[in-house]
Amino acid sequence: MLANIPLLSLLIWVPIVGGSLCLLTGGDEHATRARLIALITSLVCLGLCVPLYLGFDTNSYQMQFAEYVGWIPRYGIYYNLGVDGISMPMIALTTFTTLVVVIAAWYAIKTRVAQYMAAFLIMQGMMVGVFAAIDSILFYIFWEGMLIPMYLCIGMWGGPNRTYASIKFFLYTFLGSALMLIAILYMRFHSSSFAILDFYQLKLTMNEQIFIFIAFLTAFAVKVPMWPVHTWLPDAHTEAPAGGSVVLAALMLKMGVYGFLRFSMPIVPDACQHLDWLMIVLSLIAIVYIGMVAIGQTDMKRLIAYSSIAHMGFATLGCFMVYMIIARTGNTKDAFLSLEGAMMQMISHAFSTGAMFFGVGILYDRLHSRLISDYGGVAHRMPIFAALFMLFAMSNVALPGTSGFVGEFMIILSTFKASFWITFFAATTLVLGASYTLWMYKRVFYGPVANEGVAALKDLCAPELTVLVLLGITVIFFGVYPDSLLNVFHTTIGHLLQLSLQTKLV
Amino acid sequence: MTDVIHNLTIAIVFAPLLGCLLTGLWCRIMPTRMAHAITIGLMSLSFLLSVYVAKLVLFDGGASNSNLYTWLISGSFQFHVGFLVDQLTALMMVTVNFVSLAVHIYSVGYMEEDKGQVRFFSYISGFTFAMLMLVTANNFFQLFFGWEGVGLVSYLLIGFWFNRPAANFGGLKAFLVNRVGDFGFILAIAAVLNYFGTLDYVPVFSQMPQFAASNPTMSIVSGTSSSVVSVISILLLIGAMGKSAQVPLHVWLPESMEGPTPISALIHAATMVTAGIFMICRMSPIFEYSATALSLVLVIGATGALFTGFLAVVQHDIKRVVAYSTLSQLGYMMAALGASAYAAGMFHLITHAAFKALLFLAAGSVIVAMHHEQDMRQMGGLRKYMPITYLTFFIGALSLAAIPPFSGFFSKDGIIEAIHAATIPGAGYAYICVLIGSFVTALYIFRALFLTFHGEERMDQHVREHLHETKAVITGPLLALAVPSIILGGLMIRAMLYPTDFSLLGHSITVLPQHDVLRITAEEFHGVWQMVLHSVTTLPFWFALSGIAVAWICYGRFTTLPVWMARRFSWIYRVLVMKYGFDDFNQLVFVRGGRRLARWMYEVTDRELIDDTLVNGSGRAIEWLSLTLRRLQTGYLYHYAFAMILGLVVFLIWVIF
Repeated sequence: MLANIPLLSLLIWVPIVGGSLCLLTGGDEHATRARLIALITSLVCLGLCVPLYLGFDTNSYQMQFAEYVGWIPRYGIYYNLGVDGISMPMIALTTFTTLVVVIAAWYAIKTRVAQYMAAFLIMQGMMVGVFAAIDSILFYIFWEGMLIPMYLCIGMWGGPNRTYASIKFFLYTFLGSALMLIAILYMRFHSSSFAILDFYQLKLTMNEQIFIFIAFLTAFAVKVPMWPVHTWLPDAHTEAPAGGSVVLAALMLKMGVYGFLRFSMPIVPDACQHLDWLMIVLSLIAIVYIGMVAIGQTDMKRLIAYSSIAHMGFATLGCFMVYMIIARTGNTKDAFLSLEGAMMQMISHAFSTGAMFFGVGILYDRLHSRLISDYGGVAHRMPIFAALFMLFAMSNVALPGTSGFVGEFMIILSTFKASFWITFFAATTLVLGASYTLWMYKRVFYGPVANEGVAALKDLCAPELTVLVLLGITVIFFGVYPDSLLNVFHTTIGHLLQLSLQTKLV
Repeated sequence: MTDVIHNLTIAIVFAPLLGCLLTGLWCRIMPTRMAHAITIGLMSLSFLLSVYVAKLVLFDGGASNSNLYTWLISGSFQFHVGFLVDQLTALMMVTVNFVSLAVHIYSVGYMEEDKGQVRFFSYISGFTFAMLMLVTANNFFQLFFGWEGVGLVSYLLIGFWFNRPAANFGGLKAFLVNRVGDFGFILAIAAVLNYFGTLDYVPVFSQMPQFAASNPTMSIVSGTSSSVVSVISILLLIGAMGKSAQVPLHVWLPESMEGPTPISALIHAATMVTAGIFMICRMSPIFEYSATALSLVLVIGATGALFTGFLAVVQHDIKRVVAYSTLSQLGYMMAALGASAYAAGMFHLITHAAFKALLFLAAGSVIVAMHHEQDMRQMGGLRKYMPITYLTFFIGALSLAAIPPFSGFFSKDGIIEAIHAATIPGAGYAYICVLIGSFVTALYIFRALFLTFHGEERMDQHVREHLHETKAVITGPLLALAVPSIILGGLMIRAMLYPTDFSLLGHSITVLPQHDVLRITAEEFHGVWQMVLHSVTTLPFWFALSGIAVAWICYGRFTTLPVWMARRFSWIYRVLVMKYGFDDFNQLVFVRGGRRLARWMYEVTDRELIDDTLVNGSGRAIEWLSLTLRRLQTGYLYHYAFAMILGLVVFLIWVIF
């Protein structure tokens, strides 16, 4: 019976319809209606993930829950959806994050509530579309489509410098994806189909592969973001409202890594292998250099944004380490640890960084400042918040027992197979991550009460507490029992490794 | 019996966690009495069970090694959570739980007036849980979990009074310095996984002899090759140096004294700092195959034992004297491990846990009586106000100074003799260090004793009127800890160091025959009383005795002498007061330099170069280009005509010439 329900389509269109309904409720005098619609929609979506999870066959790498409808058959474009072990957890993560954002916005957003809720619901639909699409044109449309609600979100509910940040965000990411479209069209000429799975079978020469790799890299590196195309992120994060920062960090950045896994590695494996040194060097720069830059921040959101880039460096490192590991050992089994570590890092980063952005949002709502120097002694006034924030800070510094540890541990351990020095530089995060996170924590939460603003702070209200507790439980659960998550993508990662390690040269 | 031990271990490890969670989650509403009952009740349970497990393991020959659940499977690698209980673990569990229970009870009195004490009890139970995870681990992953866990709780506990900037600074410093050690540790774990394909102890240790025999090498700097076993051992040592506060990663320990005194006793004397010692004992099957690493352990340990001892002589804060003493004693333990006398290191760990916890808690008792004054220059003559504290401090000091027949004598003498017998490179230097160290130890601890409890009363009138012996919840644990400080050494020495028919450590430690120094020193051992009597003819005894004598001359009899000495040898005094400059160096290079580098990277490379020049620069370039192009299209006919003529002229010139 489950097979007959188009679950993926529902997950894409239910939030878009819900978002449109929100818009119909009108002005802020009916804000509660918009909130209720948004809450119900996101709960329904999370509910839809239950049959998705239960019906998912973890022993198969095939696209499941596939939907196949002609859309523009004349050009070979289809409305073609499906999920495997990589995209299914990402979809669940998307719906979970949106629910959390809706709850957090309950009291925090007071103006244009309906539009705010609508933006996030529509964005959710688009993002699920990105993860579920297996037709490259459909993928591209969702990929570009999700920029619009995010652009509006930063531009309308953002901080003082929001115009600059939103335009920078839009132009930067848009420019990157233009090259991706060219690569997709190029491959279409060779395979006579837009289906991503057909691209996997293409034979390509090394020069073609390198061209396609660079085209994809431009799109995905901006999204991740990788050094040196990262400077849009701190601006976007600082100006975005808390919910926007959370979605940006928890989901949008993941699309870059998802792109590497879905496109670059299986489609142009030889180019990936040829240029893996470049990706590894860029990842290590993200970990070490960006980690250093994060120490020098005075603005909390900017600090977390930089820490985000450093953590995503681990995800890209994990992806491209596989080539070097295989080159050394020749055993595919050895590469699992690194690639699964990258997946783990992506998902756990969503919880801990998302939660930290919420935390800063909570402080910003009360004192309207993001500067570390405006705080001090917050733990006296908001003890519950301080305790929860400590948990997420610890996940950010990769303390064992939290989800943040799992991915970094797996990746650091796996890199030793390839080179001592890569492990060495990757492991510096132990010191750097602890420095910037705990130094910020110390200045914001500890010490005597700094000023009257801090003295007047009130501890968490019910929606804030719900959100942080939900995230806290997830962080600890995946830290203590990560196997529950890894089970979902073992088979798919195995298949992906097989695809990524074959040669496609003609 | 294996199953029984496994199940009991689960209960032992998770009982403190339950206490931590129950009190931690409801710390805002729970009455303090209830928090005391829950945590102390569960701690007692854990302690009693660990005594029972120790009986099963040590006397009935039981052992257990099984997994609780699979944490993660990836490719061919598996990581588990599981418990290995052998003699080493059983001894550590009893030590940890005994000290922890004593500290729980003592804290009821010490923290009496503190509003956050439910949180405090939650932390110390959480600490015990992490420490137990560490000592019961059967694989490197879980070891690392406990390792980082104790680091976290120590950070939280040092900064427990988060109102005080010094406490927050100390906590952060402790965490970061420990992380530098953990950096080495995680590299070691990565190397182990890479070469052995598993993180479980048993398969790694059993592969070790063949692995070492094949003499594997790796190239770290191109063109050179290093022995893999040495690399792994040295990386593990870096980890141990962080936790066990060995030079130069010792800088966090004195700062950690900003935490409440029970914490100094629990974490920074008896348990957490011994994690590194325990870890190297556990890893003896690896260290034994690297002579380089063993020499390094020996030299680092002996250096720390002597030079941090000197620092204790110039401290004025009673807790800092005891803290520097801990650094020095950890150096002794480390040096013992380097000489392959693991049993002697473990033995000193256990006796030290007793007498150092005693000294800290006695110091805490003094601090409570003095209304949280810690400066010994404001004390003096306390002996007649606080007889029990005085007596117990005196016992602790005698034990620390290794005066026979107190506990410390047996363990420290075992170490010194073992180092004397060792033949590996560095052993000669180490022997001199530990020998002079025994003089310094006696000097600083009796200096503290004379300054605090003897001589004139230097406190102000108000404090003096309120001076009296502390409550029974404080003196109780003192008396309880005084007993093992006196008798534990004599009771355990045969079974620990020189086993004939009954051995406490059994086969839980690996020593290669060519390193077995304890076998050599065992020939000199003819029973406990013989050893005590014989000691009066040995050098360490006279060094210790002269230390006490010098302390008495300088601080008991001629109190102007030290002042004159400090002036006469002012440069030595300054070097000691500046702690050899480690703190200033770190502050200047790593803290200030690091911050400045971070700011520079952000402002110059990230903001100016990448963001302003490249990103916004390309935006500006396009704006300029479009502006220029727009200006060209003026719409005036004569502009276009002029351009055409100019073009024609240029074209003609080009064609003609």
